[in-house]
Amino acid sequence: MENFNYHRPATVNAAAALLKKSKGGSYMAGGHTLLPTMKQGLASPSDIIDLTAIKGFSGITIGKSAVVVKGGTTHMEVATSAAVKKAIPALAELAGKIGGVHVRHKGTIGGSIANSDPAADYPSACLGLGATIVTNKRKIPADAFFTGMFQTALKDGEIITEVSFPIPKKSSHMKFPNPASRYALVGVFVSQDAGGKVRVAVTGAGPKVFRVPDMEAALSKSFAVSALAGISAKAKGLNADMHATAEYRAHLIGVLARRAVEAAK
Amino acid sequence: MPAISMKVNGKAVSGNVENRTLLVDFIRTNLGLTGTHVGCDTSQCGACVVHIDGKAVKSCTTLAVACEGASVTTIEGIAKNGTLHPMQQAFHENHGLQCGFCTPGMIMASIDIVKRNGKKVSEEVIRRELSQNICRCTGYHNIVAAVQSAAEKM
Repeated sequence: MENFNYHRPATVNAAAALLKKSKGGSYMAGGHTLLPTMKQGLASPSDIIDLTAIKGFSGITIGKSAVVVKGGTTHMEVATSAAVKKAIPALAELAGKIGGVHVRHKGTIGGSIANSDPAADYPSACLGLGATIVTNKRKIPADAFFTGMFQTALKDGEIITEVSFPIPKKSSHMKFPNPASRYALVGVFVSQDAGGKVRVAVTGAGPKVFRVPDMEAALSKSFAVSALAGISAKAKGLNADMHATAEYRAHLIGVLARRAVEAAK
Repeated sequence: MPAISMKVNGKAVSGNVENRTLLVDFIRTNLGLTGTHVGCDTSQCGACVVHIDGKAVKSCTTLAVACEGASVTTIEGIAKNGTLHPMQQAFHENHGLQCGFCTPGMIMASIDIVKRNGKKVSEEVIRRELSQNICRCTGYHNIVAAVQSAAEKM
């Protein structure tokens, strides 16, 4: 790993100023993607701006209609929060399925979303619940946030300060983890809002998290497993690698979507 | 090189490290505490698990400079006055190891599991939460038995 300048600012503004001043710096939250990437020589930032000492950068607030998770909140905090378990049980369950315990103690929601790994779990909750990603500059709807493989709508220097998840009537998350990495081979997040509108978001299967309009339309009419009969995901354009073919991933989308609808609460 | 200071196993320690120095290298090289192992160095095997401020984390995926002021516990810090920690004793009694390479990480992870889940932690939870600590000898059976046995005594 190449050496770098290290900073541990106490405020979001100071962090943004440090990044702007650097030659090619990078923010770091839990560091559980960035550090392994740097060890492999795939990234060599001039500066690391560690966001974990920023005051008030982690925590969870439950409002009347939304669960707001601050950007630096760890997966473990979300997974074990009694308030999240009550408001959006699927969100707490999803956080508890990320990596292993040691990863969940360090990894953060902001870091996960900013990285937009095609197999990460949180992007499916953002898209599947219609979350709003709040940065130090603006608010971005999840539908406009994930723009490609490891690509997001974030501009240089922008920091995710919080993610606001609307509380649905029902939701559920189903994941087929890669047994070694625990990343999603395929993950499906399903939610139904108070008005009956359904979102189905899929991670792990494509270059980025995506919605399945056919399934959403059918489930918005009737939120039942039977509504999904005859609807299958297409393999074209899905990921294919040593772990699974595109056809296998397409098949898993259907299986996991049915299980998610059945388990939704 | 930046100077850092932290508490390791209850003692104040300090040293000069490069910013890129990993916590595991600081512990092993600067402090000479070689009980914490580097297995994969790619954040997957769990051999390097230590506790930082009471939480089990991978010391191979943590910068030493980021631990300024932190309280770190390694495998060397859990026995008290020459008496093994109940988790160490249980691994010994249940033959929860063969080559021993993964054992420090297993034990640090297992203490964290019991602390969070209590004395009655189920086999299912132990197996799930130890899934990122890899052992290539034992088949895990005796490790799980050791954790369950220690949980009752902790």
